[in-house]
Amino acid sequence: MIVVDNLHKSFGDAHILKGISTSFEKGKTNLIIGQSGSGKTVFLKCLLGLYSYEKGSISYEGKSLNDMTPNEKRDLRADIGMVFQGSALFDSMTIAENVMFPLRMFTKQSKSEMEDRVNQVLNRVNLDGAQHKMPSEASGGMQKRVAIARAIVNNPKFLFCDEPNSGLDPKTAIVIDNLIQEITDEFNITTVINSHDMNSVMEIGEKIVFLKNGHKEWEGSKDTIFKTDNEAVTNFVYSSELFKKVRKMYLEDNT
Amino acid sequence: MKYLHNIGVYFLMIKDMFRKPTKWSVMKNLILKDIDDLIINSLGIVAFISFFVGGVVAIQTSLNISNPLIPKYLVGFATRQSIILEFAPTFISIIMAGKVGSFITSSIGTMRVTEQIDALEVMGINSLNYLVFPKLIALSLYPFAISIAMFLGILGGLVACVYGGYGSYEDYIQGVQLDFITFHIIYAFIKTLVFAFILATIPSFYGYYMRGGALEVGKASTTSFVWTSVVIILLNYLITSLLLG
Repeated sequence: MIVVDNLHKSFGDAHILKGISTSFEKGKTNLIIGQSGSGKTVFLKCLLGLYSYEKGSISYEGKSLNDMTPNEKRDLRADIGMVFQGSALFDSMTIAENVMFPLRMFTKQSKSEMEDRVNQVLNRVNLDGAQHKMPSEASGGMQKRVAIARAIVNNPKFLFCDEPNSGLDPKTAIVIDNLIQEITDEFNITTVINSHDMNSVMEIGEKIVFLKNGHKEWEGSKDTIFKTDNEAVTNFVYSSELFKKVRKMYLEDNT
Repeated sequence: MKYLHNIGVYFLMIKDMFRKPTKWSVMKNLILKDIDDLIINSLGIVAFISFFVGGVVAIQTSLNISNPLIPKYLVGFATRQSIILEFAPTFISIIMAGKVGSFITSSIGTMRVTEQIDALEVMGINSLNYLVFPKLIALSLYPFAISIAMFLGILGGLVACVYGGYGSYEDYIQGVQLDFITFHIIYAFIKTLVFAFILATIPSFYGYYMRGGALEVGKASTTSFVWTSVVIILLNYLITSLLLG
């Protein structure tokens, strides 16, 4: 579980995060949503420890990031898997080498053990036979699946995904969403997804945190988001005619 | 003010590069790859330029000796001195700032743009140690490339001199062997090692701390080449003043 309390972050005079408090539960897919410029990426990078923050605290399993020793932070990093928006695969390595990378860095496994584990996770993300391809030879959807495989290869306790569906066609986006949901359930990990894809919100948002101008405007789930009368949320989530209709149908069915 | 800030960040980068070392089993492969990319792949251009510039130095020297009282072996002597003292260590380093420096800046810059450096950091890897340190170790073999440049430069002078009809083989060899001072070689290698450090770190600095997209990668490569060259020229003056002045 990750608990965030009164988080503030500024860049110079620009106050980006203005006192965000929330929690991300274990075994759930937690979504951070909001318009571009609402502070989602900065929030995610603070959670990951890539950005320092001026005020507030972030606790992993009850231990505050601020109080952790360098060794504890290193151990925590080994427990974190991250899927970047652009996949961030290492160009100079094959797909198998990319997935094997965290094992080479953090474990003392033999080469054959590592290869077995890589084959196992590539199989889990339906990428059998792609071991020897270079990232440049893989499609966007495949690259995302490799990034997910790399993120989970070391059995992380926390999985972070920054807009995992960006640049993907709707069908592949659903495949990626479902894969993340299944992995979260299967390995009982805390998953935090930064997204502005409304399909993801409706499909896998077990907990949703809505950010607006650096504030937490609303939080709930894929069920409660249909019922909310928060104007900022409804304006953002139901901005398209399709989602307006979906919401109307949901409310009609549930009243 | 921005320059002072950059100088500070550069030295902090060097300090951080030695923090939290990468596992040796991984680092070993990175060093070997960088030796291949930075040294072995540069030998062709270094050999080509050294051979022909050596030839040009010999021809120019010969053409500018019109006084019959000046001995012909001066061509070999002047070529050797030019090549060992300046051409091989300094001129080749400027060329390497273009070839190797641009490669380092653009490869690290592209990793920054595509979030590969963030991926390393998230995994708890010291990205500076992972990316820059192997380049520094690989470039410690740079004197090896410069030795080849020295040899081929002098050989190029010999070939141009003898086959171009500017002097005899015996005169040229006599000139090359005349008044040889061992410290000149030591001076050249001291310069080379300092330049190797500059070649590894300044382009890495511009790649690592760049922000933006593909266009900025190109701009960072150009800026990196300019500053690497400027620092090499300034340090060349300083080292020459200290060691030979």
